[in-house]
Amino acid sequence: MDKKDRFFSGLVCRECGRKYPPAAIHVCEYDFGPLEVAYDYEKIAKAVSREKLAARPETMWRFRELLPVAGEPTVGAQVGYTPLVKCDRLARALGVKTLYVKNDTVNYPTLSFKDRVVSVALSRAREMGFHVVACASTGNLANSVAANAAAAGLKSYVLIPADLETGKVLGSLIFGTNVVAITGAYDQVNRLCSEIANKYGWGFVNVNLRPYYAEGSKSMGFEIVEQLGWDYPDNVVVPMASGSLLTKIHKSFNELVKVGLMKEPKSHTRIHGAQAGGCSPISTAFKEGKDFYKPVQHPKTIAKSLAIGTPADGYYAIQVVKQTGGACEDVSDEEIVEGIRLLASTEGIFAETAGGVTVACAKKLVETGKIGKHESVVLCITGHGLKTQEAVAGKCGEPRTISPKLSEFEQLYEEDFGKS
Amino acid sequence: MAVKVRIPTPLRKLTKEKDVVELNGAADIGALIESLEKSYPGIKERLVDEKGEVRRFINVFINDEDIRFLENKQTSLKDGDEVSIVPAIAGG
Repeated sequence: MDKKDRFFSGLVCRECGRKYPPAAIHVCEYDFGPLEVAYDYEKIAKAVSREKLAARPETMWRFRELLPVAGEPTVGAQVGYTPLVKCDRLARALGVKTLYVKNDTVNYPTLSFKDRVVSVALSRAREMGFHVVACASTGNLANSVAANAAAAGLKSYVLIPADLETGKVLGSLIFGTNVVAITGAYDQVNRLCSEIANKYGWGFVNVNLRPYYAEGSKSMGFEIVEQLGWDYPDNVVVPMASGSLLTKIHKSFNELVKVGLMKEPKSHTRIHGAQAGGCSPISTAFKEGKDFYKPVQHPKTIAKSLAIGTPADGYYAIQVVKQTGGACEDVSDEEIVEGIRLLASTEGIFAETAGGVTVACAKKLVETGKIGKHESVVLCITGHGLKTQEAVAGKCGEPRTISPKLSEFEQLYEEDFGKS
Repeated sequence: MAVKVRIPTPLRKLTKEKDVVELNGAADIGALIESLEKSYPGIKERLVDEKGEVRRFINVFINDEDIRFLENKQTSLKDGDEVSIVPAIAGG
């Protein structure tokens, strides 16, 4: 790719600032700090404007100058720009003035926000000449890598914990990927991937391609601001697994100012983190006033997509929540199911367990005054409920069964509406 | 007492490109790091910070157990143990 077209110069260590070329590497050689993409913000500012973006198709690639792909995206060109739904019934139920759901349950093609990060990672993998792509996953990422790799004609391997929900396993197998189920927790799957990433010259989207992959999450933040009419919400509630999405939402809000799409001063948005009680290292550390989290050795929660005991971005997530004046919360399995049901019954949106976590944590944040009743709030709902059906099976009532007789139906009607 | 240590890619420059090294006589992780430094000068500085603590973005495992769930640098080693040094876990 012609270097002149690129809006990013290379990679930089988030901890010590050492610079690296834009290769398939993810850790600093000196202190093992995570590497991040380094952009030329001045060049980007000259290349973008609100009007220019408005004329582009409604996909995440509207914001392509702020995403680390040198040429045009060759994988996932249709991803993103999911609905930002104004949810008045849920707002009333939670006791806030204005509430929106950023609805990635309908993201294309695999119904989770992961399609955003995979689109970037695989487009970049193609640019770098990889023939085999892979990932370690708690489910949604595997689905997305499998689907997008199939569409791109790339061979893929997805490594998952062996106890994942059936929907998520099937949702990977169907695309013809190689699913490898590991008898262990996610953290162990990820460690194995770290050890094999460099061995075979494969592009592991969340290991050696991680710096590019992670940037895809910013598109959720960019879209929220544009869809609000180029405005920042007062609050955003983001579910946390590794903590990466939360930090990238923050980054996206700040980058809009850096490139002149939003005016100074900086975003006033309070960013809140949501976790499941059975695996809440980040939320626990925040509530205890600590900067460093204590790893959770055996996560135990129905929110398997958030079950990461050693979140790589945990430290940074805590900093972002503190800096923006936000808070963290965590909820029980029962509250998660209630959250899923509340979102579904008030707004017709069926979210997976991570979505239930987000709604339930938002409820707590309002109750404890961390989100003001007169404020606006956006909930990041990251995946579709059909993928985690086990979590709500048997908990949303049962059909009433009758035979095809008018008299039986009349009886049912009377039960519901009284005698007519 | 012989212990195997798996070396991550960024550190292989210091171990002459070896991805696994064998060490003798280290009673615990702290001693292992000192022993590694003797054989491969410069490696200690990459593993521990100025306070002598294992750097934040490094995970150390003994036979697949994270030392943070054991006794950190004081975790003792026995003959045949496998130690892995791995960069921090990422999400998916």
